Amino acid sequence: MNATIATPNTAPKRSFITRQGVVMTLYLLFLLLPIYWLLNMSLKTNEEILSTFSLWPRDFTLENYKTIFTDPSWYSGYINSIIYVVMNTVISITVALPAAYAFSRYRFLGDTHLFFWLLTNRMAPPAVFALPFFQLYSSVGLFDTHLGVALAHCLFNVPLAVWILEGFMSGVPKEIDETAYIDGYSFGRFFTRIFMPLIASGIGVTAFFCFMFSWVELLLARTLTSVAAKPIAATMTRTVSASGMDWGVLAAAGILTIIPGALVIWFVRNYIAKGFALGRV
Amino acid sequence: MNKTWNNKAWWMVLPVVLLVAFSAVIPLMTVVNYSVQDTFGNNQFFWAGLQWFEEIVNSERFHDALGRQFLFSAIILAIEIPLGIFVAMNMPNKGWTASLCLVLMSLPLLIPWNVVGTIWQIFGRVDIGLLGATAEKLGIDYNYTRDIGDAWFTVVIMDVWHWTSLVALLCYAGLQSIPQAYYQAARIDGASKWAIFRYIQLPKMRGVLLIAVLLRFMDSFMIYTEPFVVTGGGPGNATTFLSIDLVKMAIGQFDLGPAAAFSLVYFLIILLLSWVFYTVMTNLDKQER
Amino acid sequence: MAEIYLKKLAHSYLPNPQKPEDYALKEIDQVWEDGKAYALLGSSGCGKSTLLNIISGLLTPSQGQVLFDGKDVTHLPTEQRQIAQVFQFPVVYDTMTVYDNLAFPLRNRKQDEATIKARVTEIAGMLELSADLKKKARGLTADAKQKISLGRGLVRQDVAAILFDEPLTVIDPHLKWLLRMQLKELHQRLNRTMIYVTHDQTEALTFADQVVVMYDGYVVQIGTPQELFERPEHTFVGYFIGSPGMNLLPVKLDGSIAHIDGTSIPLNTDYQPKSGAKLELGIRPEFTQLSPTASANSLPVTIKRIEDIGRHKIARAEYQGKEINVVVPEDQSVSKDYKYLTLDPNNIHVYADGWRLKQEAAA
Repeated sequence: MNATIATPNTAPKRSFITRQGVVMTLYLLFLLLPIYWLLNMSLKTNEEILSTFSLWPRDFTLENYKTIFTDPSWYSGYINSIIYVVMNTVISITVALPAAYAFSRYRFLGDTHLFFWLLTNRMAPPAVFALPFFQLYSSVGLFDTHLGVALAHCLFNVPLAVWILEGFMSGVPKEIDETAYIDGYSFGRFFTRIFMPLIASGIGVTAFFCFMFSWVELLLARTLTSVAAKPIAATMTRTVSASGMDWGVLAAAGILTIIPGALVIWFVRNYIAKGFALGRV
Repeated sequence: MNKTWNNKAWWMVLPVVLLVAFSAVIPLMTVVNYSVQDTFGNNQFFWAGLQWFEEIVNSERFHDALGRQFLFSAIILAIEIPLGIFVAMNMPNKGWTASLCLVLMSLPLLIPWNVVGTIWQIFGRVDIGLLGATAEKLGIDYNYTRDIGDAWFTVVIMDVWHWTSLVALLCYAGLQSIPQAYYQAARIDGASKWAIFRYIQLPKMRGVLLIAVLLRFMDSFMIYTEPFVVTGGGPGNATTFLSIDLVKMAIGQFDLGPAAAFSLVYFLIILLLSWVFYTVMTNLDKQER
Repeated sequence: MAEIYLKKLAHSYLPNPQKPEDYALKEIDQVWEDGKAYALLGSSGCGKSTLLNIISGLLTPSQGQVLFDGKDVTHLPTEQRQIAQVFQFPVVYDTMTVYDNLAFPLRNRKQDEATIKARVTEIAGMLELSADLKKKARGLTADAKQKISLGRGLVRQDVAAILFDEPLTVIDPHLKWLLRMQLKELHQRLNRTMIYVTHDQTEALTFADQVVVMYDGYVVQIGTPQELFERPEHTFVGYFIGSPGMNLLPVKLDGSIAHIDGTSIPLNTDYQPKSGAKLELGIRPEFTQLSPTASANSLPVTIKRIEDIGRHKIARAEYQGKEINVVVPEDQSVSKDYKYLTLDPNNIHVYADGWRLKQEAAA
């Protein structure tokens, strides 16, 4: 089989129990334990939760999840949340793309000041805006609508989107734009056909962050909604029924809110490493 | 990049400007409006000048909340930044283990903040939570609703659990961008692991660390949901941070004047501190050039 | 300082190599003398970086051994091999001053400050960095940083060899020349073994005592720049070295006569090629001559273009559809009427399947 020369050299084996391995295992355990605990609780009945203390469900049940999927007051919360998060991500990216392009390619009157002003909005405490938003949105009829929450979240998501996208765009040399114009592309075609694929991982990272920050935000989402667009977060803060706190259902609801996030990370896992490295950092 | 001067670029930023102005400028003007007015009730306002500002800046309530906030932010920065760097340095560089670590580490970041609060609210309870029950078994008296120290402990560890991964991920990205040649050269030069960290890794992570510190500081200074769900600001006022206090005032008590003044002072403090952080770190950078 | 013995060294990136193509580096068995300057020359992917990485310790070869002064270092990691390396882009410790950068390798080996100071000042002087010693390394130009990289390697007395991996890549073109000269001077002064990887023939030819030309994982020739020029062992060497490279024409051999598409050229020796091999005649443009009149054994050519380079002219000629380049010295004239090309028989080489046919005794 081996038509060629001498005996090959073998590399020494690497041990699996390294300091790296131990540190990462401990850290990941630290992160996953509370989540596991929630999962554990979501699969128990309320009786079991309150009576015995067990590391895994003795009396395994999917009742809690069933309640959520069948009770409209629960599942509508999820649907509402998903609706406004997706709306927000789409709006944020759509307006951020041309703006980031402008910051990246051009200088114009007041550009640095504008950029800084945008960033300061990211620093605004939502608490400061809770009341004014409430009044403003009520007066224009956006109270308790998905669009309302989506727009409110633009406060901090749009600056972030512009900031991240500008970083990625600056990594694409201007020569590419100029070549495209020479080749006869209109701006629209150039932007969609040539430019956007080049910054695809940047758009991915941005979408990830917009989704993340909108999905997790509670204060504004709760302040601006009451019934029709009530997010799941608000529903979860009222699980006290006549028989006391419904821990099982609460836990199940919690687990379900983690799933969209987990799915998003799974799908963009390749971009996370690439995107972080290429972008603003 | 050689940017060309083109004022027509304003058309491209216009959507963003309008959107953010709607979300920021108008509400902010409302707040400013309220901050200088007082009411007789029934929506009748009159000019009150800087009265609310004076009241707030001198109020003990505000000072207490501010003090608690600074303490909290300082503690979590002191824990999360070194811990994040440490974790980033121990993360695998490639292969399926790297993907797995990235995914699992990102999980706490994507949990809605009220659920984060709920998780720890449950986790810390002596009757139904693992942490609480374990503490009890070990003979430690742990009750976050009654004991101030325990409440702080819970809130801090919850934040560390929640956000350290962000610092770690940013530092990891920074580390990944260091070309292999640097490590090789350092080994050829006989550098110890500590020397490699101090002279190669840390300097190269300066950019990401700035982002991490800024983000964590700002977000911790504005924290609301998580501690609110776990402790409600208690016991008493022990964990009432600035945002919690403000919301209590604005929406709970509808004290528009004081709340608005509070808001502005709050906002200004954040802006000031962020500006200071930013200038200090970029100047450190410039001095070395 | 050390003699480097590459003993039956070969490397494949695949786990189970079967055919020659599976090997990134085909077997090489070579001794490189102590104190000499070697250049590894070849285009991208020829295996020169693989060879360098094996010598430096970044890569463990799948076959064979590397010995420094007789000691087997094949499995030793880089830091134990006593080599220094200068990379493609400058590697300096940004936060330290130039002085501290140069002192770093010595401080790590726990030498005393007095010795360190003497050494660093000496090396800084040699590299003309003395004025910059107190400055932070970060703000300096690319060539200064490369000198610092080099300096860190020179500052240690126990270095067996210094490896250069295309070090002038990021240097400005007008500074490259200067740096090359300084490197050559340094080598002559210090007499350390230096191994220099490059794809630029000018760098290789000016720097090295011996050039190792690589192609497709093979070491096709090792020799002085002059040997490479006058007697290329492989068509690649002929083509790669020289500007323009060697002319290659398909040929049929008949004893000591070469037949090129109808014209017969007598050769100095009688070649006995293997049957079925692809035969080519190679001659450098410097050894061809154009004349307006025909002579015995001249090739009738048409001149497509004459380029004036300054020091000489290059005539781009064509014979039966094949391109031939001719270097015409400054003092000679040439024009499109010069339709006859003679080849200097002393500098004609014949290649079979790319490799030079050795000359048999003249018939």
